[in-house]
Amino acid sequence: MEQLIFAGEVFLNGLMTGVMYALVALGFVLIFKASGVFNYAQGVLALFAALTLVGIQKGQVPFADLINAVFGSRLEQFGWTVPAALAIVLAALVMVLLAFLIETLILQHLVGQAPIILFMATIGLAYFLEGLGDVMWGANIKALDVGLPQGISDGIEQVTAGWFGYGYFIDRLDIWATIIAAALVCALVLFSQYTRQGRAMRAVADDHQAALSVGISLRFIWVMVWSIAGFVALVAGIMWGTKSGVQFSLSLIALKALPVLMLGGFTSIPGAIVGGLIIGVGEKLFEFFIGPMVGGATENWFAYVLALLFLVFRPQGLFGERIIERV
Amino acid sequence: MLDRTEGYTTPDGRQIGGVLMELKDITLRFGGVVAIKEISFDIREGEIRAIIGPNGAGKSSMLNVISGFYHPQDGEVWFKGRRRPPMRPYQVARLGIARTFQNIALFDGMTVLDNIMTGRLNKMRSGLLSQALWWGAAEREEVENRAEVEKIIDFLEIQNIRKTPVGRLPYGLKKRVELARALAAEPGLLLLDEPMAGMNVEEKEDMSRFILDVNDEFGTTICLIEHDMGVVMDLSDRVVVMDYGRKIGDGTPDQVRSNQEVIDAYLGVAHD
Amino acid sequence: MLYREAGDFKTSYREDGQTFPIRLDRWGYYAVLAVAFGIVPFLINDYWASAVLVPFLIYAVAAMGLNILTGYAGQVSLGTGGFMAVGAYAVYKLMTAFPEVNIVLHILLAGGITAIVGMVFGLPSLRIKGFYLAVATLAAQFFLVWLFNKVPWFYNYSASGQITAPERTLLGYAITGPASSAAVKYLVCLCFAVVLAWVARNLTRGTLGRKWMAIRDMDIAAEIIGVNPLTAKLSAFAVSSFFVGIAGALLFAVYLGAAEVGEAFGINKSFLVLFMIIIGGLGSVFGSFAGAAFMVLLPVLLKNLLVGGFGWPTNLAAHIELMIVGGLIILFLIVEPHGLARLWRLAKEKLRLWPFPH
Repeated sequence: MEQLIFAGEVFLNGLMTGVMYALVALGFVLIFKASGVFNYAQGVLALFAALTLVGIQKGQVPFADLINAVFGSRLEQFGWTVPAALAIVLAALVMVLLAFLIETLILQHLVGQAPIILFMATIGLAYFLEGLGDVMWGANIKALDVGLPQGISDGIEQVTAGWFGYGYFIDRLDIWATIIAAALVCALVLFSQYTRQGRAMRAVADDHQAALSVGISLRFIWVMVWSIAGFVALVAGIMWGTKSGVQFSLSLIALKALPVLMLGGFTSIPGAIVGGLIIGVGEKLFEFFIGPMVGGATENWFAYVLALLFLVFRPQGLFGERIIERV
Repeated sequence: MLDRTEGYTTPDGRQIGGVLMELKDITLRFGGVVAIKEISFDIREGEIRAIIGPNGAGKSSMLNVISGFYHPQDGEVWFKGRRRPPMRPYQVARLGIARTFQNIALFDGMTVLDNIMTGRLNKMRSGLLSQALWWGAAEREEVENRAEVEKIIDFLEIQNIRKTPVGRLPYGLKKRVELARALAAEPGLLLLDEPMAGMNVEEKEDMSRFILDVNDEFGTTICLIEHDMGVVMDLSDRVVVMDYGRKIGDGTPDQVRSNQEVIDAYLGVAHD
Repeated sequence: MLYREAGDFKTSYREDGQTFPIRLDRWGYYAVLAVAFGIVPFLINDYWASAVLVPFLIYAVAAMGLNILTGYAGQVSLGTGGFMAVGAYAVYKLMTAFPEVNIVLHILLAGGITAIVGMVFGLPSLRIKGFYLAVATLAAQFFLVWLFNKVPWFYNYSASGQITAPERTLLGYAITGPASSAAVKYLVCLCFAVVLAWVARNLTRGTLGRKWMAIRDMDIAAEIIGVNPLTAKLSAFAVSSFFVGIAGALLFAVYLGAAEVGEAFGINKSFLVLFMIIIGGLGSVFGSFAGAAFMVLLPVLLKNLLVGGFGWPTNLAAHIELMIVGGLIILFLIVEPHGLARLWRLAKEKLRLWPFPH
């Protein structure tokens, strides 16, 4: 019985983690649907966004290390701090600019290449952005605080203590993250269903040629989608950055989003969310029940192996469409 | 009705043998869509058999059933007097059934020579170790099979492009290389999916000549899909006509030409 | 003018199918081998061996392995690091369990064990394709690293969790452990690299290579002309993992001497080898060597230039290196997806026609 009560807490924490995974996976799905690019760099985008946000907020001089190394100067800070809301807006603008640059400098030149080539290009992009983020803002671990509530939720602890005689520890940040993620998903669904741009985006996702022929600008749609993905990355970056500091390991959550996608199917937004929750809960419960028997740290591989086994039996994922092969 | 085992003689005097392949009541569905509905016909040894019909009639699906790529829900496939159990495509290929594709399916990263050599993969028996060391069976086989492939290259008159990567070839030549790859397998039954689609008159004449020569010189049984009625009527010994997944005609070109249902399907019929 | 095929007539299919059909190429190849075996061992010092030549040769073997799987058979793998770890731990267990057996045999066996593991993780390739498979190979990467980290049997219950190569000799020369000399290490790796390059070339020009390429270029058509996808894909995984396993064994036993699995064989190693074959050239044995040389030399050069030349801090140089590597990958994919090998071939084609370009 006690095991079960503890497992309940593990379950809830898993759900919260799952929301985070789903958030990163959402960025993947958006880009994949609109441009057929499997964007490995999504996690690094989150890292880059979070680094940029902290940098702007703290008034850091971009490329300070490089400038100092070249000119022998001692620049570090501008000496001001930017309010959180304004910093978020500025960081979002940087992500839009980045989306534009990615489209012009990379995607433009790779149109019509095999998907796997595009995939490898985004691995290159991930390396580049990781280096760029570090060169721009420095590689030290940074604390991120944009005013999101943190700490253990007293309310939940008291209520559950009343029920089970054991109070659940749930981070308030996780609760907020869940709410924000849910709101973001709703906004995206509304955007893609009810706005002109959203419809154009879905048209492109369905068939590039047909979309072009009715006068939709592919370039505009791609920049837009990468901007949205950049914004989603920013939100994910804020959540993870607030929780565990802005550092390289943040980009590793992107890797966790990959099995989420395999489970949910690359083209399905509900798939990304359900997949994220399954993986989040699954890996926490597995670690809780099985982990102690095999030495722990099973979170490193559980998600991948689960997705792998799942795919062997259902190659199109949970919500992906079944493909009829033709010759 | 033709006799099962006895053959017949074509107007131009070729002797056609007994039944090589027989399809019995084949039905193929994709979800709710019926692509092929209860079709039966046979292909005889040494003949050129054509399948014709409007777009979406299920011709390519029929060929895919024969080559084991699609598995029909109902019906039986008989080959060389025996019922063929459900098979993977590569197993069908090993029975001696080779084919070409409607949208050319060559291996773009390889040269013409290598592409044609892939047609002979099932003639190669050397083991991993022999291949790794390029010693014994591996090298001997390579040279022997190369000699066979060169014969086909000569036959189809593509000597000058042997070492060219397939991706760089024009459409008409690609079709010819694809035929070469299929021939390299020395098939007992050769399936051609629209071998002349998208060709100009001259290329069509070349291709027709090659098809007739293959049938004549190697005695290969051929089953082909084609849209060009003139070509079909000239080339083939017998014709199956399909429409909306059903068979609406079967017989010699002359018989098919005078079949009222076929005329309706092709010219359209007034619905009132 | 010298470099041409005119007058170099082939009179048999065997001659026509050889690796270097042009006479000058053949001579060049023998000359490189002669220098590598006859001259370099006498000039080599510790710095050149450990910074450039030994890692170059070992990574060339790994790159050939991945190239067989990805470049020839078209199955993208992100699990190279994990498979190298299998090779390393296999050779470690064999070396410590059977000290009297020759180490060359251990290394080959380690390759064989890796081949089996590779086949197991290659099984899903029959059902899933493209980047689904690429992501699935990450499962191998993370699971294997975790396994070697968590199960003490693999590192013989050592307190540090590390594996350390005991000293082994070949023909009286120490080739592992601290007593081994630069020249001996170099020669051992050179022998493996040359023999395996020859094997890779043989496999890829013959029946098996054609099956792999057929699966890569159009898997459905390949199956219809008679390629069994099961054996074709699994053989690619097996041969590829054999190479990668040997590279892992050499990296640990000969080059590093001691290794901790997460550090030596992490996900970054998988990407490093992948980058080598992208830059060197997918589907080319020569490209595997070119890519390995490039990726080994680049950090050395950058470090010498930025830290040694400009006096910049090391971590800044490391970050700039990341940017340059990432940028180069993208640049290569845009400009020349077939990598250095293709550039080399184009240069040779120009040269063949020179000085009459038409």
